[in-house]
Amino acid sequence: MDAILLILLIVGGATALSWPLGRYLRWAMDPVSLDGPAARFDRLFRAIGGRTTGADQDWKRYCIALLAFNVVMFGVCFAVLALQQWLPLNPDGKEALEGSLIFNTTASFTSNTNLQHYSGEVSLSYCSQLAALMWLQFVSAATGIAALTAMARGLAGRPVLGNFFVDVQRATFLVLLPLAVVLATAMVCGGMPMTLQGAVKATTLEGVEQVIARGPLAAFLAIKQLGTNGGGFFGPNSTHPFENPSFFTNVLSTIAIVLLPMASVWMFGRIVGRMRHATVVFAVMMALLLAKLAGAVAWEQAPTQAFAALPIAQDIGNLEGKELRFGAAAGPLWAVATTCTSNGSVNCMHDSLNPLTGLVPLAGMWLNATFGGVGVGMINMFVYIVLAVFVAGMMVGRTPEYLQRRVEMREVKLAVLAMFAHALFILGGTALFACTPWGTGTLNNVGAHGFSEILYEFSSASANNGSGFEGLGDNTVPWNVATGLVMLLARYIPIVLPLAIAGSLAKRRATASSAGTLAVDTPTFGVMLLATILFLGALTFFPAAALGPIAEHLQFIK
Amino acid sequence: MTAFVTSLRLTAATLLVCVGGYTTLILVLAQLVTPHTANGSLVTRADGTVIGSERIAQAFSEPRWFWPRPSAVGYNGAGAGGSNKSPTSADLTERGRQVVAAHGATAARPLPADLAAASGSGLDPHITEAAALYQIARVAAARGVPPDRLERLVRERAFAPGGFLTHERIVSVLELNLALER
Amino acid sequence: MTTKPVSLFAAELVRPALADAFRKLHPRVLARNPVMAVTAVGALLTTAALFTAGDDLGFVLQLAVWLWFTVLFANFAEAMAEGRGKAQANALRAARAETFARRLRDDGTEQRVAATELKQGDRVAVAAGETIPADGDVIEGIASVDESAVTGESAPVIRESGGDRCAVSGGTRVLSDRIVVRVTAERGQGFLDRMIAMVEGARRQKTPNELALTVLLAALTLIFLLVCVTLRPFGDYAGVQLSTPVLVALFVCLIPTTIGALLSAIGISGIDRLIRRNVMATSGRAVEAAGDVDVLLLDKTGTITLGNRVATRLVPATGVEPERLADAAQLASLADGTPEGRSIVVLAKEQYGLRGRELTAPHATFVPFTAATRMSGVDLADGGGRPRRIRKGTADAIGRFVTEHGGRPDREVLAAAEQVARDGGTPLLVADGGRMLGVIQLKDVVKGGIRQRFAQLRAVGIRTVMITGDNPLTAAAIAAEAGVDAFLAEATPEMKLQRIRDEQAQGRLVAMTGDGTNDAPALAQADVGVAMNTGTQAAREAGNMVDLDSNPTKLLDIVEIGKQLIMTRGALTTFSMANDVAKYFAILPAMFAAIYATAGAPGPLARLDVMGLHSPESAILAAVVFNALIIVALIPLALRGVAYRPASAAVVLRRNLLIYGLGGLVAPFVGIKLLDLLLVALHLV
Repeated sequence: MDAILLILLIVGGATALSWPLGRYLRWAMDPVSLDGPAARFDRLFRAIGGRTTGADQDWKRYCIALLAFNVVMFGVCFAVLALQQWLPLNPDGKEALEGSLIFNTTASFTSNTNLQHYSGEVSLSYCSQLAALMWLQFVSAATGIAALTAMARGLAGRPVLGNFFVDVQRATFLVLLPLAVVLATAMVCGGMPMTLQGAVKATTLEGVEQVIARGPLAAFLAIKQLGTNGGGFFGPNSTHPFENPSFFTNVLSTIAIVLLPMASVWMFGRIVGRMRHATVVFAVMMALLLAKLAGAVAWEQAPTQAFAALPIAQDIGNLEGKELRFGAAAGPLWAVATTCTSNGSVNCMHDSLNPLTGLVPLAGMWLNATFGGVGVGMINMFVYIVLAVFVAGMMVGRTPEYLQRRVEMREVKLAVLAMFAHALFILGGTALFACTPWGTGTLNNVGAHGFSEILYEFSSASANNGSGFEGLGDNTVPWNVATGLVMLLARYIPIVLPLAIAGSLAKRRATASSAGTLAVDTPTFGVMLLATILFLGALTFFPAAALGPIAEHLQFIK
Repeated sequence: MTAFVTSLRLTAATLLVCVGGYTTLILVLAQLVTPHTANGSLVTRADGTVIGSERIAQAFSEPRWFWPRPSAVGYNGAGAGGSNKSPTSADLTERGRQVVAAHGATAARPLPADLAAASGSGLDPHITEAAALYQIARVAAARGVPPDRLERLVRERAFAPGGFLTHERIVSVLELNLALER
Repeated sequence: MTTKPVSLFAAELVRPALADAFRKLHPRVLARNPVMAVTAVGALLTTAALFTAGDDLGFVLQLAVWLWFTVLFANFAEAMAEGRGKAQANALRAARAETFARRLRDDGTEQRVAATELKQGDRVAVAAGETIPADGDVIEGIASVDESAVTGESAPVIRESGGDRCAVSGGTRVLSDRIVVRVTAERGQGFLDRMIAMVEGARRQKTPNELALTVLLAALTLIFLLVCVTLRPFGDYAGVQLSTPVLVALFVCLIPTTIGALLSAIGISGIDRLIRRNVMATSGRAVEAAGDVDVLLLDKTGTITLGNRVATRLVPATGVEPERLADAAQLASLADGTPEGRSIVVLAKEQYGLRGRELTAPHATFVPFTAATRMSGVDLADGGGRPRRIRKGTADAIGRFVTEHGGRPDREVLAAAEQVARDGGTPLLVADGGRMLGVIQLKDVVKGGIRQRFAQLRAVGIRTVMITGDNPLTAAAIAAEAGVDAFLAEATPEMKLQRIRDEQAQGRLVAMTGDGTNDAPALAQADVGVAMNTGTQAAREAGNMVDLDSNPTKLLDIVEIGKQLIMTRGALTTFSMANDVAKYFAILPAMFAAIYATAGAPGPLARLDVMGLHSPESAILAAVVFNALIIVALIPLALRGVAYRPASAAVVLRRNLLIYGLGGLVAPFVGIKLLDLLLVALHLV
């Protein structure tokens, strides 16, 4: 019962907040008329950006600008991490990092993934945490929002998609920064540490020495949650009592995970001028979210199987890897939210989830469009929409069209390419590491669960999620290089291809709609879209799921 | 090329505002409004030495203390983490067996699960009320205090972390043990 | 051209198709269809695995055989679709039997050359009994022509120089008179050549939608290739060695073989269905576009109304007996051979019981209609007395007539005539000498059932626009009666063209029919332009379809066929994908039954075998056999197209999702289970 109330509070709260936020996003990202504050901001952003922000860009130039900025992001982050031992703000004297780890971490944060093969409090200085990682948490999230804005403009039929350098500043300064200030303030009030002092040495009541790491948590956490980043300040992320001190901060954090991804859908609807369509898309995402929540919460109520034969009273479900202060349902709820979106922060250890519960985060990352990452979640959903529209359009007896533009070979080709890339990174990567010591030598569990660890790592990298079955000993050169490459490719391919689709659709002659055209704003289309997502997802990943979590479940749970 | 120049200008601007400005703002705010929690909710002795943090579990193994949940990282405040074992793992069964033995649990008096399952961070400062009550007999015997006093101690400090949204009441181990010392 | 219905699986179609199915195993032919090409590669791999199969020989052999069958069934489906066209092509080719032509030199002398040597611009003479050697326009003379070779219609048609009936087709025969034809088509580019090419599918190019679908299917194939290839290392991790034949079996079952096998058959049969209705499309693209049409521009006459106006009512003047008016009207029309005239005689007979009479000279002198007088009638010598002069005609003409005969125009009758015009009819006034007797109302008769047809079109989102030369008043009345959405009155070819451009500018696809030379620009501009076969060569060149029956109403059929074509593709794609779920549940447990098994008990994944199949071998084989047989089972659907009922997109989507989505999900569970039982009963596994 309290699980249902908690879900209502978090999902309902986030949904309610997403609506006005979607309005605001539209105002901030794609101002309708340039006067008043919008004009002043616009002038300011163009002044900061300089000459290149003068003109609007077509999809190719927009992509080039986006990639250029991300290259610079990568470079700056790499430099800061590589030089951390000589930079200031290093009260605990953190040492130099290993090369492949620097590459992996930089790729991870540049791509908004935040997969962590290091432990923050062990390896990183405050300067690295703030100037490299937290900075990327702002600008990589802003990159995603900018990309969605551009795609929506294209689908609205505008021949130019806007200017990336202006859009990314709008997203950073007008969207992420104010929200982060609000959330960080709330977290400070919720008792979260915010200090630049180093670790403190304590002598416990039993007289043992305990070193307690601290840091500027509140500032870091706010943007980590809002920008679907998910990279923890501490190793165990939001399970850590400093990174998530109470039930209250946990609820706020969970809402923050899904808030911007939800609002992105509304922003998309407003820019393309199809709020009913956006509502159908939102409903499809919500249906997936609720289905996954129901499954995860229910399966996680099963007790820890390993304790079944011992005199242990298990009446609140599986507690391994969970913190008590969040309540019983908070773990699976967060696990679903963080993998539906591409956040990837955790408030319980996913490796220790019951087998079928563990399948739910995997499924979330395979589909990667249940709200998804800020901006990019809706972009991923667009790829599914293109395919659903194509098949459904044929079924009503017309050449398929989306938002009054015909979907032809070029669009289908680009869409399936994006789809294939995701499958290739996950299945190909898993195959490579499942049959070599690169993977099998790093497992923390045996049998089917060990397979799930490898599968999870590649799913997380390809979905730009960042969570993990953390038992995996993944700070090795093969893991660092492989997942680093996957994260980068899986970030930019699904941004560039949909932008190319939007660009080519924008050039096409608009068709009129009638009773004979496929309406994308009806429940029937919602069902079609849902079926397309589930079918494509299930058909691609069912064998892997069967060999991992499903086999483990059938093997151990009677 | 101009795209890279613009990117560098944006880098400078965003670093200045989102890292410099934003961090300073939140830091000043936190240090002014909530200095205690902002610096880690530290608990100190009269002489100023630090005992630990209210929020971070510390190791207790002697019978006279209430014991916290198992920690996969040995209550390392500078390197937290969970066991990352599957709930079907034989390793967990082995650990469960050790904990059961330590607490002396039997089928008639089964051990509350949170005392057998390691937390995610390894630093969970809480145990359930049931788990605290479970340990009263041992603590009372070791300290020679009447169990009902301890029970009152536990019941007074136990709370529902999410109010009506959670039905499981929990209690801070360090808080209990500090109270025992007074 | 044969129009006799041939049953779907008639022996004369099946036998050559069977042979073709094997001929199409040629790698170059297979390569055109990526899905079937990889299926063939899979079959080849399995065949190769026979040599290393060992104990599994029987099982692997059966797998290989069924995989080859899968490919053959796909080839057979395509061959069946093509075969139906080929039969028609052969009939056409007979008509193009080697003919000779009499080419006219500039000096007028004739030169005997083979028809195949004629070039565009040559002039040829064709006399009665000769075959017209090439497509062209009549530039001299008039003749009756037997066009049955092209249209299947045995009644001869008139072809004459100038005007809208000057086009003749190569292969048709002149029955009377002599004409001179200027050749308009290059060798091999003639109408008959194009028809043959079209029905044979020789120059069939993939349409845009077909291309896009092929890409989708290829991509799905690629994804499933990835799934199956990675299963091998996954199996290695779990400690099971997966054999190539089993992996190939899973792969072929997963890739969309159903739609892949039937895709080209669907396209060919769509064109075939058009041909059966005597419509020639110049490209498959045009058929597809027909499904997308948003607006139909329809000529009023012949499409919406019967070709001729009909007398429907008599309005007598005050003081005139209705019978008297009827009598006079009939008398005035007895010798009037026009359809309007005959309809007056019929009206008088049916409503007033007046039988048509034989009137002969010298009693009666008929006055035929002339453009100058604009009236017709009869003068009766009534037994030597004063002759009666009865006339019918336009209001102006009759007004003048009565004034000349000492009478005065009857205001009341004139008012009645105006009222008739306002109601969409044409008034004819009847006068007997100086007296106006009343008005005959001639009306356009809207074709039966056309209103319902338009309502259906509206339901599928297609608007109809009536094109007419009538004045707006008349046009509005007929438009309302026929139930069209809009009309274009007093239309000129320029207005037609403009209207098409306007609709297109708003993003609509326009279809129209046309026959005259002045329709050519509009036909070319329209997205689907259906030229009447009776029309001019210019019109036939400009459109992208030709209706051999010259029946404008057929545009509606064309739209339906276009929609049905795309719908069939969508439905079978959905069906094909939905099938995969059951196949996973059949094959995966069979592959992985042994992993993580404790001694003596089946492994955990054996529990995924929800169908309770007999053994791993029978499960895999049943899935493969189902996958092959479903292709054969769906050939009739591919050839006929899915059932088309006009409804809005939302309703159609819901229905097709239910039938082909949900049906596709459930059917293989049943089918595979039954096949499993059968395989066991036959001791094949």
